[in-house]
Amino acid sequence: MDYIFLLEKLILIVIVFTVTLVFAMYETWAERKVAGFIQDRYGPNRAGIFGLLQPVCDGAKLFSKEEFMPASSNKILFALGPSVAMIVSLLGSAVIPWAKEFVVFGYHFVPQVADVNVALLYVVAVLSTGVYGIVLGGWASGNKYSLIGSIRAGAQMISYEIAMGLALIALVMMTGSLSLREITEQQSGMAWNVFVQPLTFLIFLVCSFAECNRTPFDLAECESELVNGHHTEFSSMKMAFYMFSEYVSMFFSSALISVLFFGGYNYPGMDWVSENWGVNIANLLAVGSILAKTTFFVFFYMWIRWTIPRFRYDQLMRLGWKMLFPLALINIFIVGVVILIMKN
Amino acid sequence: MSIKNISLSGKKVEASRKKMSFLESIYFIAILKGMMITIRHFFKKKITVQYPEQKREFSPVYRGQHVLMRDQEGRERCTACGLCALACPAEAITMTAAERKKGEEHLYREEKYAAVYEINMLRCIFCGLCEDACPKEAIFLTKSQEMVKVGMDRESFIYGKDKLVVN
Repeated sequence: MDYIFLLEKLILIVIVFTVTLVFAMYETWAERKVAGFIQDRYGPNRAGIFGLLQPVCDGAKLFSKEEFMPASSNKILFALGPSVAMIVSLLGSAVIPWAKEFVVFGYHFVPQVADVNVALLYVVAVLSTGVYGIVLGGWASGNKYSLIGSIRAGAQMISYEIAMGLALIALVMMTGSLSLREITEQQSGMAWNVFVQPLTFLIFLVCSFAECNRTPFDLAECESELVNGHHTEFSSMKMAFYMFSEYVSMFFSSALISVLFFGGYNYPGMDWVSENWGVNIANLLAVGSILAKTTFFVFFYMWIRWTIPRFRYDQLMRLGWKMLFPLALINIFIVGVVILIMKN
Repeated sequence: MSIKNISLSGKKVEASRKKMSFLESIYFIAILKGMMITIRHFFKKKITVQYPEQKREFSPVYRGQHVLMRDQEGRERCTACGLCALACPAEAITMTAAERKKGEEHLYREEKYAAVYEINMLRCIFCGLCEDACPKEAIFLTKSQEMVKVGMDRESFIYGKDKLVVN
């Protein structure tokens, strides 16, 4: 029994890993494609049909680049930076429930790596660890631009985590559970949380942009001022790890948004499908459903990136502390009052 | 009227220093408006010209690669007077003159001809002044859309008579 359990989880981990990485790989392609389309261009379309082989070429290029190590840097920390960034952004997807439950020959198979009952807490913890990768890498580079970039990233992440945590509290007050599976189950049908708590969703969305270091909050990279921010001194696969971790965490946070606010793997008519077509088909559609929602949010990230210019540092801090933080507090208050009224 | 408010160009615009309202200061509406603009561009027709498959139309006064012309009887028109080299602002043209021998009348029109005629394509700016300067109507810039071939050495960019004279 235990062996089967282990094997099942191992297979699942490999699948989730692969899906995440392939998804991230094609995010780099999609980013360039979306950028192109928004700017009235085509984007990459030479390598393969629609340029679909572009990420493979990019990967091959990055592997064959010179591995540069600045003389003044702390070698261990320098290598640790991108590794931590990558590991942390991959950790998150462990708690995402991809579908309800497959039944194969009487064996129940739950497509979720770990159904932690404090999953939301775990997610917040993992997300805040992400800052280590950036700060370590930036500091170990021994370059002032990198250092400024990583300090900015650190300050930004800490500031926006507060509003993010508060937004999550408002959500948890309603769901009464920290488990992502339970939160998803509560949203079955079309009872998505976003209809109940649009303000919470908005705050969470803005904060997750900041957590992923995406435009308009990409002050850590900030090409026009800081060369390339925290990964200025990195080359070859180390640089690719930083870039990739950004895309992976984009995937993860999109998945998280769809789980928390858009019903996760739920889709309208899920019960009907499982009654008429069988449980497995319903679950396959469920996997498709969460992936479709995730893809939409990934597109949304890119859409925002090519629309809004970067915030100035003081604007960023003002938005975080003077707008989102009070807004999140007010939101908690409103949610509390509404829950109190509903109970009586 | 103080001197600060006078606009010499007539284009001076006074920047609005109005305080933003709360709604404006969370940028929400402005961002939505911006996103509508970008999504409209997303579905617009693309203006990229897919180069090797699709070539852009050149302007009617386009000047492409040079040719050295021959006359009706197939003789080279160039007499190596050097006026084109003199006119060339980029100093791309060099030539060596030679005297026509007996029995070469079917090759060269005048008694003097260019034994060597070279245009450095790295220097040429395709201005067409050589064409204007030529008294013998020997050099012309064609409408050929063929670009100068890419090379790794400088020698391959120096076009001699073998590439310039029309057959």
